[in-house]
Amino acid sequence: MSVDKETVKKIASLSRIAVTEAEADALVPELNNILGWVEQLSEVDCSNVEPMTAVIPNKLRLRDDVVTDGAVRDKVLANAPAAEHGFFAVPKVIE
Amino acid sequence: MAEIFELGIAGIRSGVASGDFTAKEVAETFISRVSAAKSLNAVLVETPDHALAAAEATDKAKAAGEVLGKMAGVPIGMKDLFCTEGVATTAGSLILDGFTPQYESTVSANLFKAGAGMLGKLNMDQFAMGSSNETSAFGNVISPWRRNDGGNTDLAPGGSSGGSAAVVSGRICPAATGTDTGGSIRQPAAFVGITGFKPTYGRCSRWGTIAFASSLDQAGPMAHDVRDCAIMLESMAGFDPKDSTSLDLPVPEWEAGLKSDLAGKRIGIPKEYRVDNMPPEIDALWQQGIEWLKDAGAKIVDVSLPHTKYALPAYYIIAPAEASSNLARYDGVRYGMRDLPDGAGLQDMYAATRESGFGPEVKRRIMIGTYVLSAGYYDAYYTQAQKVRTLISQDFDKAWESCDLLLTPTAPSAAFGLGDKSDDPLAMYLNDVFTVPSSLAGLPAISVPAGLDGQGLPLGLQIIGKALDEQSVFNAGLALEERAGFVAKPEQWW
Repeated sequence: MSVDKETVKKIASLSRIAVTEAEADALVPELNNILGWVEQLSEVDCSNVEPMTAVIPNKLRLRDDVVTDGAVRDKVLANAPAAEHGFFAVPKVIE
Repeated sequence: MAEIFELGIAGIRSGVASGDFTAKEVAETFISRVSAAKSLNAVLVETPDHALAAAEATDKAKAAGEVLGKMAGVPIGMKDLFCTEGVATTAGSLILDGFTPQYESTVSANLFKAGAGMLGKLNMDQFAMGSSNETSAFGNVISPWRRNDGGNTDLAPGGSSGGSAAVVSGRICPAATGTDTGGSIRQPAAFVGITGFKPTYGRCSRWGTIAFASSLDQAGPMAHDVRDCAIMLESMAGFDPKDSTSLDLPVPEWEAGLKSDLAGKRIGIPKEYRVDNMPPEIDALWQQGIEWLKDAGAKIVDVSLPHTKYALPAYYIIAPAEASSNLARYDGVRYGMRDLPDGAGLQDMYAATRESGFGPEVKRRIMIGTYVLSAGYYDAYYTQAQKVRTLISQDFDKAWESCDLLLTPTAPSAAFGLGDKSDDPLAMYLNDVFTVPSSLAGLPAISVPAGLDGQGLPLGLQIIGKALDEQSVFNAGLALEERAGFVAKPEQWW
């Protein structure tokens, strides 16, 4: 499988990364190089093989359903590029 | 007596404990080493006050006759992937410009609790994606090493923990933290002639460590020798309820358990690691390593890890897939930089922020990851890679039926020049050919400096062990270290 310029632009859009036409052109061979190389995995016979989900067998733990933190609003907002009235601020979403 | 700056963790600890020097003298020594090494570009933020405060606490505790922590009086360098409270943290990326964590990562907190101080935050490949430290948004780290040809070609310190490798080998910090996703502790350690250890996945908490590929990321020590790595890992590791994959197991006393007599141990030599175009010097060093381990009492057996050649392609699906998901959080809303073009809406702000904040290699990997996870391709790429990962892990399980440890080279070459491979992502990826398989299987592994090549550059040998058997990995590493007698250091030119 290989990608063309339209696919590259679609991937970029899904990734929320702006690309110029020139960047998209440059990315086509770059991504195809990498994808062509990982393609060799298709030659491995994986019938009856389960995909790995955990390298070290480890059950996910449950903890008591109690509040363990909170009341750190100002810390949460401390690094925001824009914060107003105790909220993150973003450009208008609804037209 | 050795100069203070030449000492590692054990030497500093015993010197402080016996009163040969104070922790404050140690901190001051390394603080001036750090500020005199700016030309290497290894330290992004210097934190002398942190190192001094920790040193004063150690000196006070000693004067009061208190029991000192395992890292008491030892100032270390901190890879900039660890969030440090009140100290700017960037992961080597512009997208985290201006980010000052409001909390401390578990690994750094554990080290500080053990008495360590912090000398500074260390440069690294952007989001730990790279093998030469050339993807950092803050410039290349220059290795303290130079070829013995009389030239002054700038060499790569390896990556992604390139700053850590540079400061430890240049005796600028006595030890440093690293993180390893596909080899990012071991390959740079090999490139600069120091010792680096990646523990079993889950030993060190990932909480507060900026995520690259969560099923692979593991923190570990980079230090002068095996003993220093054992001391430091004891202080870094431990169960953490804040990391869902943290192992709920006690931390063994690896330092106390160090023993270089390998009688009864079987060392496997995987034939698939004999790759094409491997420099004869590395092959010869591998043979020498076999002889050293025999001399230490081990039995050598040939083993096969048949799916080795598929480890790198599987890794370059799995790691970018996880990265594309993990790095979705950088959106210009909650932290880091925001790029808001005139009149832009929310979606345009995301795209502009991520376009200007991420470097080219990070974008490449996010896009590969997005592609292999997208509808229609998920099974062909991602599920297939996770199945191959199972086969790679099973290869190791099968090998453990006939051996206890594996011996391999750490990297397929010595350090290369900056710029030599940066135009070819695939050539760069191949640097991790010997380190990625054990990462995919979550196994502990060490790189020990074992010799110099014809250009006078360090080469490393790697020991891989069974899950949770860090002790045997340390011990075999110690057996190699004692026999290799590696004492070469870069001559100070910076």
